[in-house]
Amino acid sequence: MKLRKMNAAIGGTILGAIALAAGIGLFWTPFDPVTLGYAKRLAAPDAVHWLGTDEFGRDVLSRLMTAAATSARISVLTVATAVLLGTLVGVLSGYLRGWTDRVLMAFNDALLAFPGILLALGFLAVAGANEYGIVVALGIAYAPSVARIVRGTVMSLREMDYIAASRLMGNSEFFIVWRHVLPNCVAPLVVLATSMFGWALLAESALSFLGLGVPPPAPTWGNMLAGSRPFIAKAVWLAIFPGACISLTLLGINLLGDALRDRLDPRMRNT
Amino acid sequence: MQKNDTSSLLQVSGLTLALADGKALVHGISFDIAPGEMIGIVGESGSGKTLAARSLIGLAPPAVHRTAGSIVFDGQEVTALSAGALRKLRGSRIGMVFQEPMTSLNPSMAIGRQLDEGLALHTTLSPAQRRARILEMLERVRIQDPAAALSAYPHRFSGGMRQRIMLASAMLLRPSLLIADEPTTALDAVVQREVMDLMVELTRDHGTAVLMISHDLPMVARYTDRMVVMHHGRIVESNRTAALVSAPREDYTRKLLAAMPTRGPVREIPQAAPILEVDGLVLDFPAGGGLLSKRPPKRALKGIDLRIAPGEVVALVGGSGSGKTTLGRAIAGLLQPSGGRILFEGKGIARRSEGWARYRAQCQMVFQDPASSLDPRMTVGASIGEALTGMPGLTPAARRGRILEVLQEVSLPAEVASRYPHELSGGQRQRVAIARAVVRRPAFIVADEPVSALDVTVRAQILELFAQLQSRHGFSCLFISHDLAVVEQIADRVIVMRHGEIVEQGPRDEVFDRPHHDYTRELLAAAPRMGGLVHDAMTP
Repeated sequence: MKLRKMNAAIGGTILGAIALAAGIGLFWTPFDPVTLGYAKRLAAPDAVHWLGTDEFGRDVLSRLMTAAATSARISVLTVATAVLLGTLVGVLSGYLRGWTDRVLMAFNDALLAFPGILLALGFLAVAGANEYGIVVALGIAYAPSVARIVRGTVMSLREMDYIAASRLMGNSEFFIVWRHVLPNCVAPLVVLATSMFGWALLAESALSFLGLGVPPPAPTWGNMLAGSRPFIAKAVWLAIFPGACISLTLLGINLLGDALRDRLDPRMRNT
Repeated sequence: MQKNDTSSLLQVSGLTLALADGKALVHGISFDIAPGEMIGIVGESGSGKTLAARSLIGLAPPAVHRTAGSIVFDGQEVTALSAGALRKLRGSRIGMVFQEPMTSLNPSMAIGRQLDEGLALHTTLSPAQRRARILEMLERVRIQDPAAALSAYPHRFSGGMRQRIMLASAMLLRPSLLIADEPTTALDAVVQREVMDLMVELTRDHGTAVLMISHDLPMVARYTDRMVVMHHGRIVESNRTAALVSAPREDYTRKLLAAMPTRGPVREIPQAAPILEVDGLVLDFPAGGGLLSKRPPKRALKGIDLRIAPGEVVALVGGSGSGKTTLGRAIAGLLQPSGGRILFEGKGIARRSEGWARYRAQCQMVFQDPASSLDPRMTVGASIGEALTGMPGLTPAARRGRILEVLQEVSLPAEVASRYPHELSGGQRQRVAIARAVVRRPAFIVADEPVSALDVTVRAQILELFAQLQSRHGFSCLFISHDLAVVEQIADRVIVMRHGEIVEQGPRDEVFDRPHHDYTRELLAAAPRMGGLVHDAMTP
């Protein structure tokens, strides 16, 4: 119990620090994140440039701070899109069963069988690479796994006697889903959503790597990590710091996510 | 069978089991079993009976440790044995039958191989001899076509047959002691009786002693020579069965015996137009299958006719698969009938009809499993309040008042309203479920096995509560149960179902005392009842 509280505190601290840095980054950064400085290319971390500079002489710390907001926005919106879309499909299929289920799931499984990144790639190639394109593309790519989880949960929930009892009270199916089914789907969803944050962060960097991420010069953790590749031998800080940001954020999200799941479940409280 | 102290087969003395933090679960229990004797341990859930029995053969969960006491089996101190020696003892000298026939056989292994496992491990018989012995044993437990059964997988067999196979597998090695943990709890009365009779017959023939663990006092009393009553990890009383049942010495034993349902008084039901009429009700379940292979649907209800008068409690009894739950759900409106009609106060209850809305306010249901009948994410107050949502002109204050009032009616303190279901015991949850059903003062309640999942003393309390509410509010009730003793206590009229049809119906005393249909007789004979039992015990 104590450990769980400590995990929540650690996760909260990490995410809080990153959010703070991102917040400050919106208004002020030590240097301009996009101004080129040929004099100090690939400088190692020192007292002026705390985290060094990149191949164009831009300050890494400033870029990381600016990128934090962009990366957070992309992953939050991606996860939100996937969860909304997936929950809708999952609830419809799991609750209505029959033909609705067959058709939706056939479509869902086809999407699921398709590599998410490839799907996003195709979408971005058509729609053009920008932030919202990434959100929609990744959101659609991740929705099928959400739909699967929700469908399974809903299918077992709908056989519960309290659903039958609610129906016997004369409540509409919509009310039953809203009141009884959705709240009981939250626990598995939180678990999935926390891991999806990680996927979204990584996928964004993968897309950037392939040149379909947020277009330069705007920084994201992903495109910074991707851009560091040619210089990894000469300037290891270019890879380490964005990588550390991604890893720390994931750690924070996972720790906080577990705590959140327990917190949201009355069965886990005060036990 | 006479108990012989000098040559007891198993001697347990001062056995204490505790968790790592020192919390004792079983406090210094002692008992012994003579060769060939049948002894029963009876207790409610949490009494430590299963734990005690499992620890005899070193199968207690790893978190539980023996802190004191000794277990002597056939002159050997079991607690001093190595893991290997203990394994040798299990299976070969001590056999076991567990409660859940659905999970105690490996679903991906043919019956023959599963039965052969023990024989191959503990005997030096040749494969041909083993096969012969297995076939003979399967025949003895009355499995049809034993040779075919050898290569069949467990899913092909019903619960009763699986339990017979488990029994065969335990008895194959001719153990001197058989531990049976709730061996027939998951089975319905008629099958239960068959399996128990078979167990007695087999163990008698082999001179095997039996240690039977069960919550079902009448069932244990019917078969055992001696009985041990456990409560909160302690032995409350142990005595010869006849003496224990007819002259209990301890309060708790008396309480257990008093909790056994007894026949209630005959009530006068005023003549009136039936509140509920069911005519020629047919219900088919689609048989599934793919797009191309349409199998014929399975007919669960084959033309049911019944009437329920206002204020009448009608019991619906039958074995598993008889269609009683399906009928209850169809009448409540949870399942769509394929044919026939259901009239409530003379009006149809088809969905979205005028009658449906009224029916929803007037008909509620109480379910069997208190764990699944309440939303785990809603407080008790919210769950009960949900039933009041559709009520016109109810202010929030009046609504709160109604919730507290109904909690009081089911004898729960007001603070329960802000608790979550997992904080309540099974009996309390069932009270909440009943409160939710009666809060709108319905005229008709369908109760589907409302007390089957409860301990005997809790069951007695809930039944009493139910009868109290019924006489106060005068609702009609369709009470579905497999437990004839419960039915005998509370029903005015009894309907017996089998294979989706009503085979007999009539006033309770008529059905219980002068059953017409063979199946009713079979059911009645299978149900162990305390009354007859004391009588049998007194006249050996």
